[in-house]
Amino acid sequence: MRLLALDTSTEYLSLALHLDGRVLTRELHAGQTHSQRILPLLRELLDEAGLAMTDLDGIAFGAGPGSFTGLRIGCGVAQGLAFGAGLPVVGVCTLLALAEASGADQVIACLDARMGEVYHAVYRRQGDAWQEVIAPGLYKPEAVPALEGAGWVGIGSGWASYADILQAAYPAQVSSTQPDRYPRAQEIVALALPVFAAGEGRPAAEAAPLYIRNKVALKTSERAKMAGLK
Amino acid sequence: MIILGIESSCDETGIALYDQEHGLLAHALHSQIDMHAEYGGVVPELASRDHVRRTLPLIQRVLDEAKLTLADIGGIAYTQGPGLAGALLVGTSIAESLAFTLNVPTVGVHHLEGHLLAPLLEANPPAFPFVALLVSGGHTQLMRVGGIGDYTLLGDTLDDAAGEAFDKTAKLLGLSYPGGPAVSRLADRGTPGRFKLPRPMLNSGDLNFSFSGLKTAVLTLVNDHSNADGILDERTKADIALEFQEAVTEVLTAKCMAALRETGLDQLVVSGGVGANRQLREKLTRATKRRLCHVHYPRLEFCTDNGAMIAFAGAMRMQHESNGDHGFSVRPRWDLASLQRPPA
Ligand SMILES: Nc1ncnc2c1ncn2[C@@H]1O[C@H](COP(=O)(O)OP(=O)(O)OP(=O)(O)O)[C@@H](O)[C@H]1O
Ligand SMILES: [Mg+2]
Repeated sequence: MRLLALDTSTEYLSLALHLDGRVLTRELHAGQTHSQRILPLLRELLDEAGLAMTDLDGIAFGAGPGSFTGLRIGCGVAQGLAFGAGLPVVGVCTLLALAEASGADQVIACLDARMGEVYHAVYRRQGDAWQEVIAPGLYKPEAVPALEGAGWVGIGSGWASYADILQAAYPAQVSSTQPDRYPRAQEIVALALPVFAAGEGRPAAEAAPLYIRNKVALKTSERAKMAGLK
Repeated sequence: MIILGIESSCDETGIALYDQEHGLLAHALHSQIDMHAEYGGVVPELASRDHVRRTLPLIQRVLDEAKLTLADIGGIAYTQGPGLAGALLVGTSIAESLAFTLNVPTVGVHHLEGHLLAPLLEANPPAFPFVALLVSGGHTQLMRVGGIGDYTLLGDTLDDAAGEAFDKTAKLLGLSYPGGPAVSRLADRGTPGRFKLPRPMLNSGDLNFSFSGLKTAVLTLVNDHSNADGILDERTKADIALEFQEAVTEVLTAKCMAALRETGLDQLVVSGGVGANRQLREKLTRATKRRLCHVHYPRLEFCTDNGAMIAFAGAMRMQHESNGDHGFSVRPRWDLASLQRPPA
């Protein structure tokens, strides 16, 4: 199978082409320039492989959680590319992509969610697959859900921003951390491969970001209720 | 060449196909008005999220309607600004990546140029040069339009836009968002002459506007006529709405006529959401007829945001400007006067 994967959920821009086992990648620290750089970089990658978009079999993208703007660039680009080439898409959770990158078997993935919160999920490897021990959620770092046992590996920017608080939340349970890792296209494509192989890619129009943080504004009725409480 | 147009600058997703030879082929719109109504106004983050869901299904719909396929698209035009950054970014990302795959040129369109040129989509379009009144939720501008990209600002609002004044007045009267159509409907039941509101800047001697004082005057009327529980009776509400609409449309009409006089032109083009207001249309039609001038409006559905105006403006510029490497960005703030004429 020939697959493209992309991730723009953090300040990094990550692309991967999976060509029947061979993987070509591009990684760069994009800051706020993902939109300017993603398609020119993709052109470079396709040229290196000598392929056109229509030679591919599917597109995977980092669905989130992550920066809302980044998620929409990634999802919008995945939609446009896939719609144009008539390809199926698969959205992959960025927390799971971190787990896949960890090299460990039991992982606490945490991304800095700004506003004093983290995106958090816990995974355990079982054979070739990942079991979701705690589903992706949004928490104050001091209020992350408790876990059993020891030997957990912490990964992601949450472990950089809130190292002490998270260590305290899992006392003596965390054997090591990888705070500098970010969700990469090469893990996203690896996770998406079996989904495409099972014929479970979706039409481009169904590609959707995974925001997790869904309460972004108060309805007029809710504002009135809150004013009444004061 | 057939141009796909994508508009996503605010709270409507608008998609259209425009053929440079045969004109408008199809258009479709999804309005988020109902979604934002519960919040009392547009929530930018929710607007962005909705554009992600709507854009591709609408593109498919216009293709089906025009009995075309993606292979028939020769270029893609999208609103690059001004507007809500997140909302613009959705249309822009999809437009550029779709063009990348289809290997066709793109052009980022100025939303207000889209509005300005919308009347040219109609039969018997005005010829350049003309005077344009752009009167929407965010703008109240008079312009001299010498051609594509040749826009001279003649007058502007010093504070609120006319549409904004309609929306704020609606809120003061307890009407739902968006306010313009609601105020206008209520005004139909009002009695003329009961109230007198100021006609701001009517005799200012220039072509500028100011509408924020009018909103304050409405607030005063509302407070003076509310009962002890702060409730305003329906008849009073209607009378205020009528007088407010009279004040706004009278000032707009007078300034349009002054602009025609000052420029010596005889064609007026009205675009933007408030251009849908019936009272305004009646006043302008009467006033221009009296002075042997012509007034042009877009059809009602193209007064507010839509994809057709973006496809059309894009078609006017497509052969000249195209984004070669498909790197993209949005321009949430973008001065219309900075636009250039396309090279001949
Ligand atoms: N019949 C009407 N009478 C008065 N105002 C109206 C009417 N219909 C719509 N409006 C007003 O038009 C505005 C919406 O127009 P439009 O969609 O062109 O503006 P916008 O896209 O929000 O602003 P802009 O294009 O300046 O960024 C709103 O303020 C609305 O209240
Ligand atoms: Mg508009």
